[in-house]
Parts: sequence; C-alpha cells; structure tokens
Amino acid sequence: MATVEFREVRKVYPGGFEAIKGVNLGIEDGEFIVIVGPSGCGKSTLLRMVAGLETISGGQICIDSRVVNNLEPGQRDIAMVFQNYALYPHMNVRENMSYGLKNHGFAKDEIDRRVQEAAQILELSPLLERKPREMSGGQRQRVAMGRAIVREPKAFLFDEPLSNLDAKLRVQMRLEIKSLQKRLGTTSIYVTHDQVEAMTLADRLVVMNGGIAEQIGTPAQVYDKPSTTFVASFIGSPSMNLLSARFQEGKVLVGDISLDLDVKGLPGQFEFGIRPEHMDVVPGEGDVQMKVELVEELGADSILYGNPFGTKEFFQARVNGKSGLKSGDTVGLRFHRDSLHFFDSITKTRLNL
Amino acid sequence: MVENRPWLNFFSHFVLFLGVLIVAFPIWIAFVASTHPPEALFTNPIPIWPGPDLVKNYSEVLGSGISSAGGASVAVMLKNSLIMALAITFGKIVISLMAAYAIVFFDFPFRMLSFWVIFMTLMLPVEVRIVPTYAVVARLDLLNSYTGLTLPLIASATATFLFRQFFMTIPKELIEAAKIDGAGPVKFFVDILIPLSRTNIAALFVILFIYGWNQYLWPLLITSESSYATIVMSIQRMVMSAEADPQWHLIMATAVLALLPPVIVVVAMQKVFVKGLVETEK
Amino acid sequence: MEQQTPYKHKFLPYLLVAPQLLITLVFFIWPATEALMQSFMVENTFGTASKFVWFENFSYILEDEQYLHSVQVSLVFALATTAVSMGLSLLLAVMADRVVKGAQVYQTFLIWPYAVAPAIGGILWYFMFNPSIGILAYWLKGMGYQWNHQLNGMDAMILVVIAAAWKQISYNFLFFLAGLQSIPKSLIEAAAIDGASPFKRFWDIVFPLLSPTTFFLLVVNVVYAFFDTFGIIHATTAGGPANSTAIMVYKVFNDGFVGLDYGSSAAQSVILMMLVGVFTLVQFKYVERKVQY
Repeated sequence: MATVEFREVRKVYPGGFEAIKGVNLGIEDGEFIVIVGPSGCGKSTLLRMVAGLETISGGQICIDSRVVNNLEPGQRDIAMVFQNYALYPHMNVRENMSYGLKNHGFAKDEIDRRVQEAAQILELSPLLERKPREMSGGQRQRVAMGRAIVREPKAFLFDEPLSNLDAKLRVQMRLEIKSLQKRLGTTSIYVTHDQVEAMTLADRLVVMNGGIAEQIGTPAQVYDKPSTTFVASFIGSPSMNLLSARFQEGKVLVGDISLDLDVKGLPGQFEFGIRPEHMDVVPGEGDVQMKVELVEELGADSILYGNPFGTKEFFQARVNGKSGLKSGDTVGLRFHRDSLHFFDSITKTRLNL
Repeated sequence: MVENRPWLNFFSHFVLFLGVLIVAFPIWIAFVASTHPPEALFTNPIPIWPGPDLVKNYSEVLGSGISSAGGASVAVMLKNSLIMALAITFGKIVISLMAAYAIVFFDFPFRMLSFWVIFMTLMLPVEVRIVPTYAVVARLDLLNSYTGLTLPLIASATATFLFRQFFMTIPKELIEAAKIDGAGPVKFFVDILIPLSRTNIAALFVILFIYGWNQYLWPLLITSESSYATIVMSIQRMVMSAEADPQWHLIMATAVLALLPPVIVVVAMQKVFVKGLVETEK
Repeated sequence: MEQQTPYKHKFLPYLLVAPQLLITLVFFIWPATEALMQSFMVENTFGTASKFVWFENFSYILEDEQYLHSVQVSLVFALATTAVSMGLSLLLAVMADRVVKGAQVYQTFLIWPYAVAPAIGGILWYFMFNPSIGILAYWLKGMGYQWNHQLNGMDAMILVVIAAAWKQISYNFLFFLAGLQSIPKSLIEAAAIDGASPFKRFWDIVFPLLSPTTFFLLVVNVVYAFFDTFGIIHATTAGGPANSTAIMVYKVFNDGFVGLDYGSSAAQSVILMMLVGVFTLVQFKYVERKVQY
C-alpha cells in the first residue's frame, strides 16, 4: 500500500528520441490508475520506469514518498504482470509464485501460506503442480497475477495483461482484476490501449499522447469534459464527431450549415464536437438534415453514417434499438444542448464557456 | 534496466577482452614468427613483436617453397587449395539443391529410399572409411587429380538437409501461383526457389568453403605428386620432416597463408554466416 | 514427411537426385560395405589371399590392450575438450550477451578459429609449446615447469586438448549466444522484479532455459572430438608419445595405412561407424524433440 508520484518525469533514449516529455501525476494509496493511449504514446515506457526496467532521464518517481530513481527493480517492492505473463517455463505454478519471496528471504512457512492464500483467491489450488505449458491463456494470466499478489507489494503494475486473451475472456478477467484490487486495496497502475478497459477499470485515467499526459481525471471527467480533441476522440466509441466551425452572428457555422445552438462567447474559429450518442433523430428538420449513406444495425443500437456537413469523414449518429432506416433516407438530427464540446482550433484544448 | 553494478560491466568487458586475446594469440604469434629471420627464432625468448623480414619470408615461401618439405612452392599449393575448396563448395551446393528439390517437391517411387541413403552419409565421415574409399579412388584411377581430390567429398547430407528444411517452409500458395502462371518445375526452381534461397546459399558458401579449404586427411592420402599438394596438408610435412630442424619462420609464413583465405571469407561474410550456421543445425 | 503439393513428373526427379545418389553410392556406400566386408577378413602376410574369419578381428581388438587404451584416450580427450571448450565459450557468450555495445566487435574476433584448419591450429599451439623455442614453454619454464610434449604423455594430451578446444570455441560461442538471445527478455525482467541478482538470474532462469542448446552442443562437441580432430593429432603428436594421444580415429589411419593391417583397421572403422550412428541418432531423436516449454 503506498502512494506513487511522478514529478516532471522525462525519458530520452540515446539517439535523442524523447519518449516521455514531462509527466506529473500523484497516485493515492489504494487507487487504480489506468494509463491509456495509442501505440507509441509512451504508456508502457512510463510503467517500466516505475518498475525500474527503464532508467529515468529527468524528474523523479517516488514510491511511498521515497525517490526510487536509482533503485533496482528488485529493491522497489513492486510486482508486475506482463503482457505475455513471463512465467518461468521450467517451474511449476507453485515455484513460479514462490520465486520472488524466496529471493527476498521469506521463511518457507510464510511462503507456503501466502501461495496457498493467493491460489485460493485466484482458484489456482488444483493447478499448483502444473507447468505453464500445460495451462490455458486465462490460467497463465491468473498465475501471473498470483505471483504479484503473494509479494504483497507497495504497488501492482499491469502491462496490457489482457491483450493476448480472446474477447469474452477479456471481459471476464477485467471484472476479476477490478474486484481483486478492491478486495486487496493495493495501489495499481494499469496500462492498456483499449479505452473500454480503461473506462471500466479506472478510478482515474491518464490519457497519453506522444509522451505527454493530455488529461488526468475520472472516467466521467474524461468523458464529459475532455480537455483536448485527442482525448475527446480517443475516449468513447464510436468516436466523437469533430468539425471545424466558425462563429457568426450568434450561430455556429459548419461549412454551409448554420446551427442555432444557444451558445455565447465563442471565438471566430474553433472545433466543434458532438458525440454520436448525444443527438436524437427527430421528425422534421432538427438542427441539421442528414442523408443516410450507411446503417450499422448492432442489435442494441444502430449507427447512422452520413455527410451532412460535406466533410472528408463520415458523421455518425447513434440511435437506440433498430433504426428502421435504410441507405438513402433523410433524417433530422437534434443535438443535446448540454453535451456540446468546443475546442481551440490551434491548441486543440477545451474552451470552457 | 536500473542496475547498480558497474563492476559487472567492467568484468564483462574484461573477460571478453581476455577471451579475444587468448583466441587471437596463436595467430598473432604465427604472424610474428613469420616476419623474422630464422636466427631470431632460436634465441630464447622468441620475439613477440613483428620483425623486418615480412616480404622476404613470404616471397621465399611463395616462390621456392620450403626445402625441407620437398620444395613445392606455396603459391602452387594455394592454387590447388583454392581449386579444391571452390569445386567442393559449388559442387555441394548444386547437387544438394537439386536433391533437396526432388525430395521435397516431387512424388516418385524410391523417394523415401533416396532420402535415407543420403541421410546415411551423415554417419560416414571420411576418417571412418578412409581405407576402402582410398581403394575405390585408386581403382578409378583418380589419384593425383583434381577430380579425386573433390568428387568424393561432394555428396554429404548437411547441405541437402538444410535446403530440405528451408524448402518445406515455402508456402504452398507460392507453388500454386507459379503453376497458374504457367511455370513448370524447372522454371519454378530457377526463377523462384533459388532466389528465395539466397541467404541459405550464402551461409552455406562460407561453411563449405572452409570445409573444403581445410581438408587434411583426404588430400594427404591421395596426392603423392607435389604439384597437387594443398597448403593445409603440407604444413605437417614441413614440421615433421626428419632432415633438418624445422624452418619455423617459413613454416609460420605458410601457416598464415593457409589460414588467411578462410578467415577472410568468414569475417567478410560474418552476418550471413552466423545466421546460416545457427539455422543449419535447428 | 509431409510434402509440398508435389509435381507428378516422371523423369525429372530422378535426374535431380541422380548426382548426389551416384556419388553417395560410389564413394560412401560402396567403401562402407567394403569396410564391413574387410572387417570380417584377415590377410596373409604377403597380402595375396584373405580368409573369412567372422568376428575374430572384432574380438581381437576388443581384447587388445592398445585398442582399449586408445578408446580410453579418446574418451579422456573428448571429455576434456568438450568441458574446456563449452565452459569457456559459455562464459564468453554470457558476457557478450550482457554487453550491448561492442558485442559485434568481440564476435568478429572470436569466430576466427572456426576458419582455421584443425591441423593448422594444432601446429600453431605446437609451435607455442615447443620445448626449445615455444613462447608458452618459455613462460612455463620461468614458472618452474619443464614442458615437453614430446616426452611427457600428459603434456601431449594437454597440448591437443587445448588446440582442439581452441578451435571449437567459435562454434560453441555462436550457438550459446544465439540461445541466450532467444530467451524472452520479459523473463529476465520478471526475475529482476522478483529480486534475483544477475548471478541468480543466470543459474535459476537462463541456464535451465539454455538446456536444448547445451545438449545439442554436447553432442556436436563429442562428435567433433572423436572425428574432426584427426588433423590435430596427426600434425602434432602423431599419436605419441607412447600412444598417449592415439585417439581411435587416428589408430584407424595408423593401423591401416602405416601398419597395413587392413582387417583390424576395417574392424575399427566399423566400430567407429556404429558410434557415429549412435551419436547421430541421439542428436536427431532427442535434440529435434527439443525440451519444449
């Protein structure tokens, strides 16, 4: 149990590439933090710096108020769950889970006790004598977690642990990880590129892009008030519609279409965002009329694709249940007034009106 | 990784440096000895830095050879070694490519039999069957000839196995596409398979050239005329001749010349050689 | 053996395998059969007639002290060479794997011996250990040891073991390095997080996972020590002094070509063939099976 702090953390590789450009983050004791972002954004690098698997080029990382920059991985009292589990193939489950404790000098009784307890929590007790190659992906993943649990570390580090599992198993394991963490109360840092995983697991999210943390906040904050266009389009599926717009005579002008959205104080040019789920199909004209080019019937809801504003990309609208529409139909869309987003067209940051 | 053990890094470099020294030492000493006049080598301790007679010794050895070894010029030996090495290398590659191709891509009676016959040769290194093989070669009147020097060494299984293994990883779709494109087996072999095998062939070239160049026992047995002597086999004669004290400065010059070509080949083609070597034995 | 959507041509395949099969038959199978036949025969002193004697040759050499001595010599030689060569090259490979910068340079210098012929390697070390002018013999004399491999059997054995091991370092090094590099980095990282020092990491994790490579190299090295080292022995000690370095393959040559005892030499050849057969089988059966994780 501990706090973890990032103070102006930077990572520069030999050759000059700056992978992390200055991250500040304070993680509370027992918090479940998810670092999310596209490939190459630096999220794994950040995690590995906490683990001591990457050196820190600038700034400090503190675990439990202690600066750990120069401590070796084995000295930091952390445990890690790797993407490909990294189970020692020549050891059975019990030995895999005991290895770390053995190295730290724990007594045999204590080791056995902890292994039994962890095995029980993770339902691994019948598998203790098996080798990794004799187990399924889901089982191996639980062994990897067991190895972390027995250490009772200051923090758990997860490096995309569910990426190698099939979709159904992923959902199941997600729930298991969340409830496990709640039960144990250990501070956890979890890295993923899957925004659904991020939203469901996190107490708070860190959305990373190009080595910078673009927003740190709860899932609700990140969803309701994304601080940049990147966060806005990364979080939420299907993605938010983002359009270049102008403000003229109190109305929002997108291309040739004029929208009367009851907003004040917008600059001349800006980016306008509206999520597909924050609009209704209405009889009549609504805010804008859209000719439906494509309909995706997903069962629980439907996505309508069209191009009402003459943009390069499709505009998406989400409707509950079956849409009853087909390609060629024209619909009126009305946007929810409390779910409009505006961003500065140069800095791409949120305009709070 | 954060690792606070600077002494371990120093130790690693130290060990590697020591290793390189030990490994390179004999070659260095040989080179040094080959650049001194004979008197320098009979004083104790012998010098460990090069001397003045580099050109003199090497030209003597290349030109007139070593008197105590029958006087064949080393230049002639180098030529013989080169012919032997290249003949074995190219011969082996061509034959193995063809045999592997047949076994993997064709269905014919005796296919499995052919495979096992070729496999058996792995169990018959030349040292084990020298007497009867010599007899066969003598009977075929191939002593003291380039054919006799190279032919018996051309058909061994390792190259065939390597190619077979590689051919089996060629995706089926490639052959099917070639068939649709109207390529018969010969065209497929020449236009597609061989280009794809380039790295394997290059790696094998290095391995086989060294194998061919370094042949010792076989040339020793079947060449009695000095005009066919190869350089590796002749070294022993130079050292063990009972007539006079060995002329070490010249012997070492010969040794250096004997090891230079294969070493150059290995170093120049290092990347492809290492890759191919490790793949061969998998 | 699965096939690749085979062609159904009639003559082409035969044409393709013909060269290899032909040469194999003429220069491998035929002599091997002759050796087999010869091993069951004994020639009279003039070499004019031979008599079929069943297994007499075999029983003779298996009771012959000299032959058994050469078997022992071969075993000692093989074990010593393998241990020295593999031990040293493993150490070098582990160090090279650690060193990120300069690994290529070290590798370039460590692969030379592979290209050097065993006979030449033998001569080089022979020269350095030469009792009168060898530099190593000189240093040893300075430390109080009178080295003479022409008189002392133990010195002779040490000389050939060093020469043979030196040559194999490159080969073993390359394979160990490849084996080390194929171990997933995440396993090492997990062990580091689990608190294992580099030393522990090597013995607990790396070495066990290296076992397929180690086993493979064991077989290759033993085969090498038995068969490819002929040049070293012949060029330096000629089996001496007093047969202290007469390995089996050298004895086959000596008895056959120098002693002209074809029957005995053939019988020895047959025994060696069976040995190689066993080794090859072991290699294919067990190494190919590979300890899979």
